[in-house]
Amino acid sequence: MRNFLRAHPNEVRLFFGLLALVVALSFASKSFLTAGNVTSLLNNNAVNVIWAVGLLVVLIAGGIDISFAVAASVTQVLCAHIFAALGGGNWLIGLSFAGVIGIAIGLLNAGLIVAFRIISIVVTIATYNALFGLMMFTTSGKFIYDLPDWWVARIDLIQIPGAHGASASLGLPVAAMACAMAATWFLITHTTTGRQLYAFGDNPEGARRAGVNVTLMPFIAFGWMGLMAGLGGLMQVNIVQEVVPNALIGRELDVLAAVVLGGARLGGGRGSVLGCFLGVLLVAITQNGLNLLGVSPYAFKMVIGVVILIAISSSNLEFSGRSRAARGVADAQAA
Amino acid sequence: MSLDSHAGGLSQPAAIRFDGVSVTFGGVRALESVAFEVNRGEVHCLAGENGSGKSTLIKVIAGVYQAQPGARCEYFGAAVERVTPQSARTLGVAVIWQDLALFPEMSVAENIAFDALAGARPGLVRRRAMRATAEAALVRLGVDLDLDARLRTLPIAQRQLTAIARALASNARILFMDEPTASLSQSETDRLLAAVRLLSQAGVAVVFVSHRLAEVLEVSQRVTVLRDGRLVGVFPTAGMTQSRLTELMTGRSFDVLVHARDTTALSPVLAVKGLSRRGEYEDVNLVVRAGEIVGLTGLIGAGRTQLGHTLFGMTRADRGTVMIGGKGAAFASNRAAIAAGVAYVSEDRLALGLVQPKSIADNLVITVLKRISNASGLLSKAKAKIVVEKWLKDFAIKIGRETDAVSTLSGGNQQRVALAKWLATAPKALILDCPTVGVDVGARDGIYAIIRQLAQEGLAILMISDEVPEVYFNADRILHMASGRIIGEYDPRRMSLSALESAVYA
Repeated sequence: MRNFLRAHPNEVRLFFGLLALVVALSFASKSFLTAGNVTSLLNNNAVNVIWAVGLLVVLIAGGIDISFAVAASVTQVLCAHIFAALGGGNWLIGLSFAGVIGIAIGLLNAGLIVAFRIISIVVTIATYNALFGLMMFTTSGKFIYDLPDWWVARIDLIQIPGAHGASASLGLPVAAMACAMAATWFLITHTTTGRQLYAFGDNPEGARRAGVNVTLMPFIAFGWMGLMAGLGGLMQVNIVQEVVPNALIGRELDVLAAVVLGGARLGGGRGSVLGCFLGVLLVAITQNGLNLLGVSPYAFKMVIGVVILIAISSSNLEFSGRSRAARGVADAQAA
Repeated sequence: MSLDSHAGGLSQPAAIRFDGVSVTFGGVRALESVAFEVNRGEVHCLAGENGSGKSTLIKVIAGVYQAQPGARCEYFGAAVERVTPQSARTLGVAVIWQDLALFPEMSVAENIAFDALAGARPGLVRRRAMRATAEAALVRLGVDLDLDARLRTLPIAQRQLTAIARALASNARILFMDEPTASLSQSETDRLLAAVRLLSQAGVAVVFVSHRLAEVLEVSQRVTVLRDGRLVGVFPTAGMTQSRLTELMTGRSFDVLVHARDTTALSPVLAVKGLSRRGEYEDVNLVVRAGEIVGLTGLIGAGRTQLGHTLFGMTRADRGTVMIGGKGAAFASNRAAIAAGVAYVSEDRLALGLVQPKSIADNLVITVLKRISNASGLLSKAKAKIVVEKWLKDFAIKIGRETDAVSTLSGGNQQRVALAKWLATAPKALILDCPTVGVDVGARDGIYAIIRQLAQEGLAILMISDEVPEVYFNADRILHMASGRIIGEYDPRRMSLSALESAVYA
């Protein structure tokens, strides 16, 4: 346990920050710490968490992806047409198609990065614009309501009896989120490929010299991101029961902010699934709390901006403090 | 000693035996029919100036470069026709490059056991096995590191040990170390050398490449000297002296004179009183006079560089005063320090001192951009050309074209560019931080001559260095810093070099 705490100072800090926020909000607003509010928080942020763990893998490998929300939208639109053509389908078919489309877009990003040696932010800004333009051009931005029943039917997995007759429940997207988190955690901490991703993000040249297949790494990272983008897109439809081509635009920056808040380093080699989850929750709870307190949604953006600045700068300060301490030790030994 | 008989015994074949190694790059001979042999368990030194072919030779042995046909290569008794980096590693060759190639965000254990992980097929990480591998490697090395610590939190010396442990973990039987002690303090170096001895007793051959001749002679049994891509010879280190080794490496002999003069009559330029900065240095008093070279020595971590940073306005002192030419100087930034006539040549030429990928000309004028611009604020090519030509000539900087990147120059010429760039600001006081770091012994004298010439011309020079001979032979007075305080002042004319060394390294 102590090892865990020492190895994850960022997660521990986030956890206590979150705890303080929850305690403060439960005093400030009666409706905050209710079963209904907590479950709706989780239901509404499951998709963000799914995307966050996908993006985490890309960040660990030293890249960045701006295009995943568009990839999710493209997945939704294509899936809607495919399911209509198939005359319905089911969850298994849905997951397969969403996964394949998402992965294909991820691999496209990786292919461009590797083939033309362009940095990932530039590539994904390009694919973001190209895909978004293509999608809006071909769909004219029309909403799609005619969706198979299995896709939009609410599936309550866990029922919590509420106080006023209305019961709260956790839906399918939360289960998908749990699976995405578990799978990503397993990938990055327990597989050789996962550790190679960390190494590649940390020191690409060192990884290359050690014999890591450095061409493969971006494909794995962006493929995983694509898979999560597709899965998140599929789940989003289950929540909102419609496909709105431009509805997800803008979410990518919120997710990126949450992942960075969760301790992933822009530049690679650092980040954890737990940190991602806490990061998304912190952003979500801040927004939720401000809503309940009746604060303008614009204030939320401002608060999140400040929180992220504080989080990133405080982790930098801690780093320099520690390296100074390390130097102090070296001095003492030298003397 | 059993070690010697073990290393020199005829029954024991050599660890590696190379003969007739020639390498040509684009018509330039980098190596010409060089022979190189290292015994099992031997500590061997590969000495030579930059450009002598040391790195090329190591890369041939490690399979990075191919020698021209006709070379004979033998690894642990087996002749090998064609070597690739992978096959060299399998044969037991490990090179610890200067950049270490480690992973700062990963744990020490993972760093040490990474090579097995890197080539692994997709599968599960066997953490327990990795830990056991890492522990075993550290035991062989005789050092104790926290396996769970993130590498980035460790000081450089411990990272170096991690890199060596990593080589051991991948079953290295001959280990090449490129300048392993360049950024270590004396006690850290001693610990590293102790680990090297332990390895050699265990039968691992170690080949050292180092500019620090004293430690080379201390730790190794034989030294192979290269010059201009040719083998000068192989010599036992017993009975070898530093000056003899320098002669072999450069093919020239050097004057070793104490250049100190009596400078008490000169007028002070830089005066520091009671200067303190928490955690860095404490109550520092010093004076540097116009035309004087004051050496500031001490171990790494003594606070020398931190003091230099404050004098150059990059950090601010908590207490105390700095006077430049009789005027109080509390610099808000290094721009203010430059304006007041202070120049600082960094010890970290690679990262801080020069903009490596930029051209020689651009680097030379970077400190005087304002002066070389014309009335409309645009840079004047003609004015820049005057500045560049003056310094290239004054400092005898050997270049191809002035548009070449600075990174193409040798260490000595890079340092001349770094010096010139600061002198272009016409400073009153010059702070030199380790002015010959990474500069060949043969090229150092040229740098020293320039520094002494600058002092003759009236510049006040504070020469920070952890190489005691450097300050001993060149400075007029020597200040000794330890644990952030100045604890002694010495006159090189009144004490021997060894007395000074034992005072500093004690």
